[in-house]
Amino acid sequence: MRRYSAFRLIREAFRGHRAWERAWRDPEPKRRYQVVIVGGGGHGLATAYYLAKLHGVSDVAVLEKGWLGGGNTGRNTTIIRSNYLLDGNSRFYEKSLKLWEGLSQELNFNVMFSQRGVLNLAHSDSQRESFTRRGNVMRLNGIDAELMTREQIRREMPYLNFSESARFPIRGGLMQRRGGTARHDAVAWGYARAADGLGIDIIQNCEVTGFRREGNRVTAVETTRGPIECDKVGLAVAGNTGRLAAMAGLRLPIESHVLQAFVSEGLKPMVDHVVTYGAGHFYVSQSDKGGLVFGGDLDMYNSYAQRGNLPMVEHVMVAGVAMIPAISRLRVVRSWGGIMDMSMDGSPIISKSPIDNLYLNCGWCYGGFKATPGSGWVFAHTIAQERPHALNEAFALNRFETGRLLDERGAGPFPERH
Amino acid sequence: MIRIPCPYCGLRDHDEFAYVGDAGRTRPAIGLAANDRGPWHDYVYLRDNPRGPHLEYWQHVHGCRAIVKVLRDTVSHEVLAAGLPGDALKPDGSGEG
Repeated sequence: MRRYSAFRLIREAFRGHRAWERAWRDPEPKRRYQVVIVGGGGHGLATAYYLAKLHGVSDVAVLEKGWLGGGNTGRNTTIIRSNYLLDGNSRFYEKSLKLWEGLSQELNFNVMFSQRGVLNLAHSDSQRESFTRRGNVMRLNGIDAELMTREQIRREMPYLNFSESARFPIRGGLMQRRGGTARHDAVAWGYARAADGLGIDIIQNCEVTGFRREGNRVTAVETTRGPIECDKVGLAVAGNTGRLAAMAGLRLPIESHVLQAFVSEGLKPMVDHVVTYGAGHFYVSQSDKGGLVFGGDLDMYNSYAQRGNLPMVEHVMVAGVAMIPAISRLRVVRSWGGIMDMSMDGSPIISKSPIDNLYLNCGWCYGGFKATPGSGWVFAHTIAQERPHALNEAFALNRFETGRLLDERGAGPFPERH
Repeated sequence: MIRIPCPYCGLRDHDEFAYVGDAGRTRPAIGLAANDRGPWHDYVYLRDNPRGPHLEYWQHVHGCRAIVKVLRDTVSHEVLAAGLPGDALKPDGSGEG
């Protein structure tokens, strides 16, 4: 892998940009690999990268049915934060955030990580108190958190609804300054290029159609490009976990739901942070091109369709206008849906499975993008060492049997409510 | 908009309904031994989560308030059949057992 640098950019500019090599190879699948990762999104590619980089396992194939980052990696609102309350979540997401902070250098690829701050708005005394508790827990865990008053928020975000007649007046908020956004495609491309540079085969247009089993082991993965033998299989296919699990004969504590996201026409710089509404489900940031990127709730019924429905579009717009009245005349230019692996407690599963050499990385609910580096980091460890890292012990599949749930929201086994 | 044929009210928009969830699960029998948690774990947490026809309950909260059983495709969102909770729905659209 030839490194990108400012010097090289200038040199190639003088040579007419004809000497750039392709960022990763397009290899034919080999007959056998030590590890096969199913899913060429951010999580799968990060897993492959850390397997080679940290665990010396480079005989790895990443299988992708479409193109890299064409699933949920390209369908999210790119928010990154680690403002969690529960121990199992908080340390894991903080590890992920720390990896984000060095990611562009690590991968030699600009992922455009922008630590612009993530603010959760509170609209009542009780909400402010629960945010105070969460902020204190974060600080005790060594994570930055800052409680903001209504006046402080008004100075920094004057465009929010501060009118006296607001139905849900802003009472304060919890800010994580180190949170922010990143360029989602660049994350997939950066990991792909770095993994490829370490000798990993990235195989696109290769859909998994089944698993060949022998006893309690998977011996080969059946694909549209022929069977591929392997010692270990890792699934990182959030959104399609139900289908892949069914092929392997597993039933999982997961339902697939569709979540919509939206982009508005471009504006001059207005929203400098990521801001989330506390009286409804709405979150917004502004992209470098100027469009507001925002989203809200799930459509609330099981779905594998990557498109949503109109009642939820209206619901999201209502919440958005309640939070920022100035956007009521703004036009939406694009909307899309992504399929979420909604788990039964709202937390992910990164775990060994009932099949000896099959490993699961799923159940990301709304929150998979920010976890990309951390997820790959602990999943690589789990696969290489055949046991979870301390950071993902709490994400075991068997927590639903033992009762050690990680229910951040306290919503119970109703996946659409998380 | 998904249109659901409520057995009491007729064809209605899905935003009159609240989604209840998977109707394909079987509640464990009464009298299960206290330490036999397996069937309850399966019932409460595990799902088939099919890509294709899915049996589910919706409640007509802004109508008759009845629970309606619906067979719906999770890819096309097409409603294949609907009926009362006790009906065994078939994808021929009859809505009767």
